[in-house]
Amino acid sequence: MTVSNELNLPKPWIEGRFEENVITTTVEQAINWARQSSIWPMTFGLACCAIEMMAAGASRYDMDRFGAGAFRATPRQADLMIVAGTVTYKMASRVRRLYNLMPDPKFVIAMGACTVGGGPYFKWGYHVVKGVDLVVPVDVYVPGCPPRPEALLEGLMRIQDKIRGHKIHVQKGTNIKIPDELPLPHHSGYVDAPADQDPLLDHQKITG
Amino acid sequence: MKTDDPNINWVEEPKLGLAGRMYLPLLIGGLTTTARHTVSKKVTVSYPEQEPEIANKLIYRGVHRLNKDEQGRVKCVACFLCATACPAHCIDIIGVESPWPDREKYPESFVIDELRCIYCGMCEEACPVDAVELTSMYNLTGRSREEMIFDKEKLLSVYDATKDDEPMKSAEFGGTV
Repeated sequence: MTVSNELNLPKPWIEGRFEENVITTTVEQAINWARQSSIWPMTFGLACCAIEMMAAGASRYDMDRFGAGAFRATPRQADLMIVAGTVTYKMASRVRRLYNLMPDPKFVIAMGACTVGGGPYFKWGYHVVKGVDLVVPVDVYVPGCPPRPEALLEGLMRIQDKIRGHKIHVQKGTNIKIPDELPLPHHSGYVDAPADQDPLLDHQKITG
Repeated sequence: MKTDDPNINWVEEPKLGLAGRMYLPLLIGGLTTTARHTVSKKVTVSYPEQEPEIANKLIYRGVHRLNKDEQGRVKCVACFLCATACPAHCIDIIGVESPWPDREKYPESFVIDELRCIYCGMCEEACPVDAVELTSMYNLTGRSREEMIFDKEKLLSVYDATKDDEPMKSAEFGGTV
């Protein structure tokens, strides 16, 4: 089939050269789309926050709408670890071990005050890890005691934002990877402050 | 007790017909439940588009704010009562001598660690001047520890964002003071 070029306009490289019902995309977008719409979380309820996690997975809040409702009982099949509840020192090594068992790319949501920073156990809790980010790298913090299911869904959407901004290609002619984009959250729950710090911090970027 | 004891009431297993042996009543019963749920009212809330209704925003305990007075100054007098009452030790105040004549001290820095806070509301109960309050902002998330540590400017900006929806709490509005 020849493409008629009567107007002598520069034709786009690939867009519009196929019939309808054929969608063209980039590999990067396709991979990111596939990853962000099937984030399988690992069941990791450690304390009372797990009740809210179950509520977020049940029919009223329905995490399946985001493709994240298939809670896996094994870390080998999971992409996302929702650490919901008090992480004790005895549990910390198990948390790390399960994190190491998960296949890449893997993400962690720290849910609830005890998980993200010790919470009420911060000062006198002799047995509680003062933040699960001492054990595993945390992507999204969801504070609250416990957080509402909406807040957990908000955290899930921020994981999706992070996956969507992932770049896989390198700069032309070099071996330098193009840095990931981290979009500002498109939903509420974000308080914009006149802070002069760069929202893209080094430890937030996807590595590996 | 022996098996031939007269006090034992032996119950015979009910005899099932052909339909019972083919699980037909149970199958129909289960499918009836399924069919009833397909036509009943949907319970799923499509969250990001459909916000939940909070019955009384004045008593909801979400993200904190620092109130301003009529002249736009911070209301806090740096009395440290909230930091003392906080069970999670998440409030950090540095009080200095006030430049204004109506109070002795004011907070040079007022930092609440939203990650460690358990949103119990004891800070707003302790506050003698209604300076620190909890808003109905329920879906705060953060990518880093740094952005979740709310300093004075950020807490005052929460006040600016929520002051129209939620006026300052007092007893006649159902508040906790």
